[in-house]
Amino acid sequence: MPLTSPLPCRPPPRWLALWSLGLCLTWSLALAEPLAESLLMSSDDSATAAAPADRRPVAEPTAPAPPPGLAGTVDPAPPDAPAATTLPELAPAPATGPALATAAPAPADADDAAAAADLAAALAALTDRSFAVKEQAVADLAASGDPRAADLLKALLGGDLQARASDDRVVLTRRHGDGFALTDPLTGSDLGQVGRREVKRIVVNNRMRTALRAGIARLTLASPDPALRLRAAQETLTAPDPDSAAAMRERLPVEDDAQVRVLLQLGIGVADLGDPEPAVRLEGIAALAGSLQRPARNALRTLLASETDAEVRAAAQAALADIERLIEWNRHAQTLFFGLSLGSVLVLAAIGLAISFGVMGVINMAHGELIMLGAYTTYLVQGLLPNAIDWSLLVALPAAFIVSGVVGIVIEQTVIRFLYGRPLETLLATFGISLILQQAVRTLVSAQNVAVSSPTWMSGSLQINPVLSLTYNRIYILLFALAVFAVLLLILRRTALGLQVRAVAQNRAMARAMGVRSARVDALTFGLGAGIAGVAGVALSQLTNVGPNMGQAYIIDSFMVVVFGGVGNLWGTLVGGMTLGVANKLMEPWTGAVLAKILVLVLIILFIQKRPRGLFPQRGRAADA
Amino acid sequence: MGLLRSMKGDTGGLVLLAVLALVAILVPVLNLAVPADNPWHVSTFTVTLLGKYLTYALLALAVDLVWGYLGILSLGHGAFFALGGYAMGMYLMRQIGERGVYGHPVLPDFMVFLNYTELPWFWHGFDQFWFAALMVVLVPGLLAFVFGWLAFRSRVTGVYLSIITQALTYALMLAFFRNEMGFGGNNGLTDFKDILGFDLTARTTRVALFVISALMLAMAYLACRAIVTSRLGRVAVAIRDAEPRVRFIGYRVDRVKLALFTFSAMLAGIAGALYVPQVGIINPGEFAPLNSIELVIWVAIGGRATLYGAVIGAVLVNYGKTWFTGVFPEAWLFALGGLFVLVTLLLPKGIAGLAGQMRNLRRRRGEPTAPLPDTATEATP
Repeated sequence: MPLTSPLPCRPPPRWLALWSLGLCLTWSLALAEPLAESLLMSSDDSATAAAPADRRPVAEPTAPAPPPGLAGTVDPAPPDAPAATTLPELAPAPATGPALATAAPAPADADDAAAAADLAAALAALTDRSFAVKEQAVADLAASGDPRAADLLKALLGGDLQARASDDRVVLTRRHGDGFALTDPLTGSDLGQVGRREVKRIVVNNRMRTALRAGIARLTLASPDPALRLRAAQETLTAPDPDSAAAMRERLPVEDDAQVRVLLQLGIGVADLGDPEPAVRLEGIAALAGSLQRPARNALRTLLASETDAEVRAAAQAALADIERLIEWNRHAQTLFFGLSLGSVLVLAAIGLAISFGVMGVINMAHGELIMLGAYTTYLVQGLLPNAIDWSLLVALPAAFIVSGVVGIVIEQTVIRFLYGRPLETLLATFGISLILQQAVRTLVSAQNVAVSSPTWMSGSLQINPVLSLTYNRIYILLFALAVFAVLLLILRRTALGLQVRAVAQNRAMARAMGVRSARVDALTFGLGAGIAGVAGVALSQLTNVGPNMGQAYIIDSFMVVVFGGVGNLWGTLVGGMTLGVANKLMEPWTGAVLAKILVLVLIILFIQKRPRGLFPQRGRAADA
Repeated sequence: MGLLRSMKGDTGGLVLLAVLALVAILVPVLNLAVPADNPWHVSTFTVTLLGKYLTYALLALAVDLVWGYLGILSLGHGAFFALGGYAMGMYLMRQIGERGVYGHPVLPDFMVFLNYTELPWFWHGFDQFWFAALMVVLVPGLLAFVFGWLAFRSRVTGVYLSIITQALTYALMLAFFRNEMGFGGNNGLTDFKDILGFDLTARTTRVALFVISALMLAMAYLACRAIVTSRLGRVAVAIRDAEPRVRFIGYRVDRVKLALFTFSAMLAGIAGALYVPQVGIINPGEFAPLNSIELVIWVAIGGRATLYGAVIGAVLVNYGKTWFTGVFPEAWLFALGGLFVLVTLLLPKGIAGLAGQMRNLRRRRGEPTAPLPDTATEATP
């Protein structure tokens, strides 16, 4: 007899190919351009995020002048740690002033000593009564190029740099109770505590302030560390002033980091918008066009509010509209991503069901509980490996596959085996099993949700551009869902088990006549479907709460996916899940989450009327069974 | 009389009706006439509990009509039950009037709380009992009609139908959980005071509701029995066993299904309407898919396609539930789950079929008793 294969091995229909192609295209179009940039950005971004830790190495290989361990950055308002927040690697505890002091002069050479002496001299000059002398001191500090100088200037600007009354020594002060805790501004060593009146303010006038800001901007923008420069550029961009603009103009020609260059250009553009000359303002607008940075938008808006020149107005409006369109696109890309992410969750949850429901005609209402078992396996594995959370998921995946798979095989052997050909009764029996599994977890573990931790490599997000960021856990789960799908497809198409599964599903009697042990194939198929549910549970434990009821949340959705996609067709499950996910997320902005879900359910109900056997119906003899 | 003829040969049904009549007389007497310290006294709490079981029995009857005789496994009958309950709840809400916490003459408490300024349009008319009573039947009936018309016309059958009925009740649950729907959201409708002027907390009202539930159940039983013994009923059974053949013979299968499905939904609505005043609350939890599946198991346990089996199953399982949740609350889900499995595996005909199964077993002793691979319902044309 001709085998009209109704099974997952059937190549996907042409419009499916088109659909997925379209999906890929829109996706890649939306992402391709910023993606390359994003890869750069993400790595650098994590560097900026970890900046406090990274400040230490600043001085190490790249900076020739200062001794390592002395790149003492001083926050304007440091918390309770000593002002020298950055310590050499050898001194982990913050309160080790002496150690730092001894470590400091160790690798000094002639140049170094000279630079240190210059700095010290400039600092000493700050206590002078004459503003002219102080200005010169500030200029000297700014010109020194020493990484510490920027922080000293910041401290001076913030009023944290004061002079000790007893000996006029310039010290770094930090409020401590009623008085001040003093540290040496250059070495960071602890100089004890003094009362409030034992230090003298270093008075700063407006001209000095301007010089200070310009100096700070110049110094940080010239920092040898690109991450620091990036941060400085971002800071000056969010709080622009003419001095920093000058510093940026100065820096731009010599800057070699692409990202910093972009920010510098933006900063100059923002500054240009304030220029009295319309032509310069136009130039500024051109520099800002197409940027997704918030300051760029804000600057354009402020310009529009006060602009009188018609040409400039038009240009600014066009640029703003352009930016907003770009943002809109990115928002669409994000919605699409959320949709695909939700879709991947649905596919993960449904794909095991698609096997047992589609291939074997068995309604497994306990499927959600098999997912739950997988999630609890993750929890238990993490409990057993408390020190290796990063690796726990890799251990949990096979463990969950085995746990759920074995439970699945036990269910098949003890219950479902006796109910083949009675799908409605399988539904009831497996529902009973789901209740038992739920209660078992409630009794054995806890009725409360349990906490499953995320490995570090799954936390955080991929910052594609200032308005679009994708969380890593969703990206990984999307990829994981596709991988599971591919593996399953391979198993069904390329392995002996897959062949037997398809044979039994197509024609049980004929397969048995050919020597296929159908009972064994049934058990293994069900075990496979259950195992995949367990694996899905591992993935879902990273996205949602893990509790005894989590399975119920997925069972209805999974059935919708399978029924929508068409029973007995893995491709249908993939397309169905992704479509439902995207549809859900597309509707959410208009309707809210709950109503979107309701609408999707109603749409599925209506869709089933139109195509009672789903998107990809089974054809041929097997469809009638 | 047609009714009498329809009961001929239905021993189980006759016993059931007799027991119902006995209970409907005995329980009120034992509650109202026997003093509270007498061991024979039936407390008002028990009366209400029994009344609740009877409404569940009515609901199970509705499910048995479509599942047992038509082969439609509806996993959404809880939705019709809850809709009937909400219609009744809305009437009871309007009866509260100024006695609510906020004392608003027209708006129920939750609306005042949610800053409604006027009654939503769909709440109008529910201050009249006749209107509410009409809605109890019409709303579930209409929903079932529209849903069934769509589903049966396009020949959605079997598992697919079960799943979309489940989707229906799930969607309704999500919808009713929303505060914006104007049905009290999460909290549902509660704090009822009186019905038709009778105090709901009064003992006599409770007893009256119980008696009405018993009467309703008896009438519904007779009606269902009349249907299944009629020609319509026989076509229904034929559809259950071999739908394509019935279609080929020339019957309009979708119309038969639609008629019975709608009727069944109306019965479920009535059950819900009787349930709400006795329990005193209706909330979106009643739409939960779990409830709908659970009530299918009542029918399965009692024995499907017998009608009286559904009643037995509903009462027994719910009594078990009350008992278990009182004594071993932990074990109830184990027991229920175990029941699902055991009944489907060992008692395909339920308790009502137990006697017959025993007889068969004795007769066929020696023959292999392995479960059959395929049953008639799954036969291919």
